[in-house]
Amino acid sequence: MQGRWKDSIHLIRPAAVFLAGLLLFLVVRAYIVPPTFGQYGHYRGAVLDEVRARPVKYAGQETCAGCHVEETEVKGKGKHATVACEACHGPAARHADDPGSMRPMKPEGTALCAGCHEMDTAKPKWFRQVNTKEHMPGMKCTECHAAHSPALH
Amino acid sequence: MMTPVPGVEGFMYPNEVELQWSLLIVLYPYITGLVAGAFILASLERVFRVKAVKPTYRLALLTALAFLLVAPLPLQLHLGHPERSFEMYLTPHRSSAMAMFGFVYLWYLLVVLLAEIWLDYRADIVRMAAVETGWRRWLYRALTLGSMNISEEARAVDDRVGYWITIIGIPSAFLLHGYVGFIFGSVKANAWWSTPLMPIVFLFSAMVSGIAAVMLLYMAAMYMQGKKVDMLCLDTIAKYLFFVFLIDFSLEMLDLVHRIYEADESFRSLDFMVHSRLWTSQVVIQIVLGTCVPLALLAAVLVWRFSETARKRMYVAAGLLTLVGIFAMRWNVVIGGQLFSKSYLGYTSYKLDFATREGLLPAIVLMLLPFAILWALVKLLPPWKPEEGDRDGVCPAAP
Repeated sequence: MQGRWKDSIHLIRPAAVFLAGLLLFLVVRAYIVPPTFGQYGHYRGAVLDEVRARPVKYAGQETCAGCHVEETEVKGKGKHATVACEACHGPAARHADDPGSMRPMKPEGTALCAGCHEMDTAKPKWFRQVNTKEHMPGMKCTECHAAHSPALH
Repeated sequence: MMTPVPGVEGFMYPNEVELQWSLLIVLYPYITGLVAGAFILASLERVFRVKAVKPTYRLALLTALAFLLVAPLPLQLHLGHPERSFEMYLTPHRSSAMAMFGFVYLWYLLVVLLAEIWLDYRADIVRMAAVETGWRRWLYRALTLGSMNISEEARAVDDRVGYWITIIGIPSAFLLHGYVGFIFGSVKANAWWSTPLMPIVFLFSAMVSGIAAVMLLYMAAMYMQGKKVDMLCLDTIAKYLFFVFLIDFSLEMLDLVHRIYEADESFRSLDFMVHSRLWTSQVVIQIVLGTCVPLALLAAVLVWRFSETARKRMYVAAGLLTLVGIFAMRWNVVIGGQLFSKSYLGYTSYKLDFATREGLLPAIVLMLLPFAILWALVKLLPPWKPEEGDRDGVCPAAP
């Protein structure tokens, strides 16, 4: 029995190396994995507070509509009724907090329009699309269409 | 009017135009397959007592290790942030097939391959620790893990434990490469990949490529050392290669026949792709040159008598064509699966770069790396004992 043990004991050594590696892994893991990981799901729980602490950049459609009544009314009757103001004018939370501190950008029409309306076979057929080079060579979209309600002038 | 996109034919969704999985992702199943196949060949001698293949036993284990060490590198290189890949070990997600593969890989590397190599080489390592000098002495002493007991009884224990590790190793090797097939076969959105046969086809093709690789490496090693090749060993390996290849080819044809007969909504698109963009790589290289020709060569040796020289040449040709054919199979799965649109109405093309992160040059380097590692391993842990001449001057593996 003692002889068998003597001739088998060397097997403990690779097992010990393996277990030491496993232990090291578990220690490193405990050190590296953030404590809030898995709190709510397969992500770091603390990230929610970090995201919440970021400054708000968008004011929201209702805030815009509160002051810009006329534009909202025109837009609400046209094809762009469901497009939020800040989708084209950019984030405007600072403007909403203090209108004098910044003015929302006035977009350069053609490039902005083409972003959604440039012809692409992958887009649904019902969505209005044009090949801008053929449709209006050398012209701006706003020469014929009003951005807030894009039917022809 | 639609603007034509270079390389695109018909209708593609925008995110399908450019292939996301490149040549490096082709290498990943190819290299992993060589690992699994080499190990299965080693198990023939250890578990199934096929004594004729004994001269390749240790070489097969070292080949498996050399390729296994390189197997994850193509994936690392493919990732923009390779360091993040270790997060799958730290915070594994059970629903991620790739994350679970990380543990399969580690299990196979640490519990199966390293343990088996250590047990098989232990007596040699202890002997070399005593006779070597300089840094090699220290290295061998470290590899002994402090145990110098190489008595008959201790070696008998090593042999018994090694035998059981090989028994565990066979399903582990099946799991390793079956899992690679599963990663592709379980993508239900891709008609080219999504088949339950994929893990089995990958497994058998892995065995084919691994056996062919070890057969060629054994011949090359003997040639470089100026030693005589053990023809009984070579003929036996070639015989196993033929039968495993036959099963592999049958499974692939079964999959093909099933697809043709079932002819679901994807069939016309996939059929067109095979007859156009994949014609050369699939029909010409994979099926004709990479499967039918080596099968015919191996079958001819079984049916007719050939001289030793002729047989060796036929095995070299069959082995090389097999490796090219299995590589083409991996290419056709990975690249082919991204060439057609999910709408089944269009096709894109794959443009291979050269000296970019996922180009041809890093792929060549990655394919050469396992051979460099194998060379170092063979130097460090010689698979053959030159001082113990065997029958006809063949150098057998250690007992």
